[in-house]
Amino acid sequence: MSEIREVIINNDRLATDEYLVNMGPQHPSTHGVLRLLVRLEGEKVLNVQPHTGYIHSGIEKMCEAISYPQIIHLTDRMDYLSAHMNNEAVALCVEKALQVEVPDRVKYIRTIMDELSRLASHQLWWCVFGMDMGALTTFFYGLRDREKILDIFEETCGARMTVSYSTPGGLMFDIHPNFQKRVKEFITYFRTKLPEYDKLLSGNVILRERAEGIGHLSLKDAIDFGVTGPSGRASGFSCDMRKHHPYSAYPFVKFNEILDHRCDTLARYEVRILEMYESLSIIEQLIDNIPEGDYAVKMKGVIKLPEGEFYQRVESARGEFGVYIVSDGKKNPYRVKFRSPGFSNMFALNKMAKGHKIADLVAIMSTLDLIIPDIDR
Amino acid sequence: MAFNIYDFTTLTHSIHVGLAESFSPVVATTIEWIIVGVTYLLFVALFGLFLVYAERKVCAAFQQRLGPMRVGPWGLLQTIADFIKLLMKELIMPRKADWFLYNIAPFIVIIASFMAIAILPFAPGLQSFDFDIGIFYLTAVSSVGVIGILIAGWSSNNKYSLIGAMRSGAQILSYELSVSLSLLTMVVFAGSMQFSTIVEGQRDAWYIFSGHIPAMIAFIIFLIAGTAETNRGPFDLAEAESELVAGFHTEYSGVKFAMFFLAEYINLFIISAVAATVFLGGWMPLHFGNLESFNHVMDFIPPVVWFFGKVLFVIFIIMWFKWTFPRLRVDQILTLEWKYLLPINLVNILLMALVVLTKFHF
Amino acid sequence: MTNEELQSYLTERFPEAEIKPGPQYVEMIVTNAALNKTARQLKQLDEISFDYLFCLTGVDYAENMGIVYHLDSTVHRHMMVLKVRTADRVNPVIDTVSDVWITAKYHEREAYDLLGIHFNNHTDLRRLFLDDGWGFPLRKDYVDEVRIVER
Repeated sequence: MSEIREVIINNDRLATDEYLVNMGPQHPSTHGVLRLLVRLEGEKVLNVQPHTGYIHSGIEKMCEAISYPQIIHLTDRMDYLSAHMNNEAVALCVEKALQVEVPDRVKYIRTIMDELSRLASHQLWWCVFGMDMGALTTFFYGLRDREKILDIFEETCGARMTVSYSTPGGLMFDIHPNFQKRVKEFITYFRTKLPEYDKLLSGNVILRERAEGIGHLSLKDAIDFGVTGPSGRASGFSCDMRKHHPYSAYPFVKFNEILDHRCDTLARYEVRILEMYESLSIIEQLIDNIPEGDYAVKMKGVIKLPEGEFYQRVESARGEFGVYIVSDGKKNPYRVKFRSPGFSNMFALNKMAKGHKIADLVAIMSTLDLIIPDIDR
Repeated sequence: MAFNIYDFTTLTHSIHVGLAESFSPVVATTIEWIIVGVTYLLFVALFGLFLVYAERKVCAAFQQRLGPMRVGPWGLLQTIADFIKLLMKELIMPRKADWFLYNIAPFIVIIASFMAIAILPFAPGLQSFDFDIGIFYLTAVSSVGVIGILIAGWSSNNKYSLIGAMRSGAQILSYELSVSLSLLTMVVFAGSMQFSTIVEGQRDAWYIFSGHIPAMIAFIIFLIAGTAETNRGPFDLAEAESELVAGFHTEYSGVKFAMFFLAEYINLFIISAVAATVFLGGWMPLHFGNLESFNHVMDFIPPVVWFFGKVLFVIFIIMWFKWTFPRLRVDQILTLEWKYLLPINLVNILLMALVVLTKFHF
Repeated sequence: MTNEELQSYLTERFPEAEIKPGPQYVEMIVTNAALNKTARQLKQLDEISFDYLFCLTGVDYAENMGIVYHLDSTVHRHMMVLKVRTADRVNPVIDTVSDVWITAKYHEREAYDLLGIHFNNHTDLRRLFLDDGWGFPLRKDYVDEVRIVER
């Protein structure tokens, strides 16, 4: 309440036909507990101010008190839809600091898991995007296919979302004997289902009318705001960490970075749909060639990083995820910073939504694919 | 006539005569009113519950799931359980809401629906009013409901409600035009506004067949505009869940919410029933010109079955819309009406007049 | 540019700054007074054009506070680290770079929220996650007897 009053007093006068609406923290389309203070003139959005912190859990502070293998489990809880990428980022960062080279088997499995997570995340994004646009049926189509991936996760990692599978030095345990078979089954299955997504939503005239030319984010703005991931690539910002700073098994596979220069909601939609095809092709290239070997290298019981600073960038489903560890040589990090993609992406919302309608604001927010624990941390 | 055995005129007439013989005229009329009122109430409540169940099952089928399955066989009692739950819920009113308007709004909405339902001919003899200006009455009454929605949105003292109500107002006022004009097209063809005459006129062929091209255009426009009038997806801007939480009924709970909910389904029924009556022959069985034996077989199916069969068909189509399309944006919804449907409609009326004048119909 | 080329270029270009090779990226340490001007040059010089600030971290170095800027160039695809230290630990003040990279505006708000670093010339310096009365939890001397269990 005090903030609203503050805005009313501080900002220039509110004309009679402008008003403030609190979207969230409990609102169906903010996907969690994001609060947007929206200034409206009729249906037109004049200004959007995100207010965060409703699910701030102080993960960075907690990390300072625990050991590196334990940090893995906290990163799951940030961007819970790309949990495995977050795990991997920390694992890679620690491995880089200790100069440990993991076996190829680990790299292959990590990459497959990355892409499966990306697929699961994009599926959930797709069904929720449909819901935000008012097409409720998409929700069940998306979740139906996502279940298959989560079942694979459950079999191999024991968890469906908070997988905690990568750990410094390799993996928690080897893949389940069924893993390859089920992943291949899933790929053949999903190759038939993905075109359904296009039939149901992509080609729909209402969707195209609503999305085309809406929420323009120019390339310059995308770089300025640090909008990465599919949202940034839809503005032509080539920011795919898998291409520019390859890690794990990405140097071994061929794939395209999907770029689109239309900069609007439709472009962000289509980039994600095309990325799903790319992910499928990456998994296809790797799944039959997983080399034999150990699933982890032997690490010391207590992992201590040498004194210094280490940074690792990975591509999560939402964009560039970074881990910055400052170490003073102890078993706990001195300072950990997570560069979460959602944080930077969210603040471009005002730029994109200004001047559009409320319905467009919801659609734009949906194409940014915000995960609130990722922003608040 | 073959379907005389299904004619309700004799039944209603004998009830009337029986009452008139045993009571004074005033008492008899009062009792008749009560009977009619209770019948409609029961019908609306039961059919509303059925429609909710049907919607959930249809939606489940589109979404590749089963829908309610736990309460009763195939979940048949689910809606009844939900209704009981709604009845027992606490009524919570926002402290700063306008008490009088807040409480009266759901009644206005539901009364408007009841008034519209009174004019519909369910079967021969099963119709409470038969005005000679039936269609005019229907369009007039069906636009009353929007007042209730506007009042509900304004009095709730909630910004989401207000936006929802304003959207609803703009939308219904616009689409009222298309509904009326497409009905007017059929009035031009039928030469009457009276429902009984319109149904009787479709004895040889339903208007959608005999009126061929202009009638089909009018039917499609009526379906689109009718969906918009009932605030259903893809035109559900007034209660757009992802934007406005629940739109104009955000602040309503319990029985008052149930009223809005029920009114929405009655409106769905009314729009479908009008479409069925004006375009698809109402309770009239399917007849084809000279195919005597075919027509005779068709006559054995009771008119009530014909009527509800057609209504459910139209309802299914409207549900199909909702579970397939994304929602339109507010400016698109007005563009669609004012730039496309309305001009097409006006031209269509001229076309229909030409068809009638040249007698180029079946 | 490779790290070595970048290092020699930066040494030549910014003689007053301290430049050293880090384990991953070239590190450049500037004083607060030179920060904003250096940042602007780093972005605008065509040879390096660091136009993408991908990470901004506030660190509490026991004796003072520091901000670490991780920079990337979308043109040349090289990266570097820019560092600045405050003079005072209790009331740290640093110039903003939000006029150079817009995204810094929000990352600086986060640093202000969690570490209490004040940014000069910042247009919208409010707390981001926590309440106004809350302390600065990422400072090393932060104590919260209710919520933090010491082991």
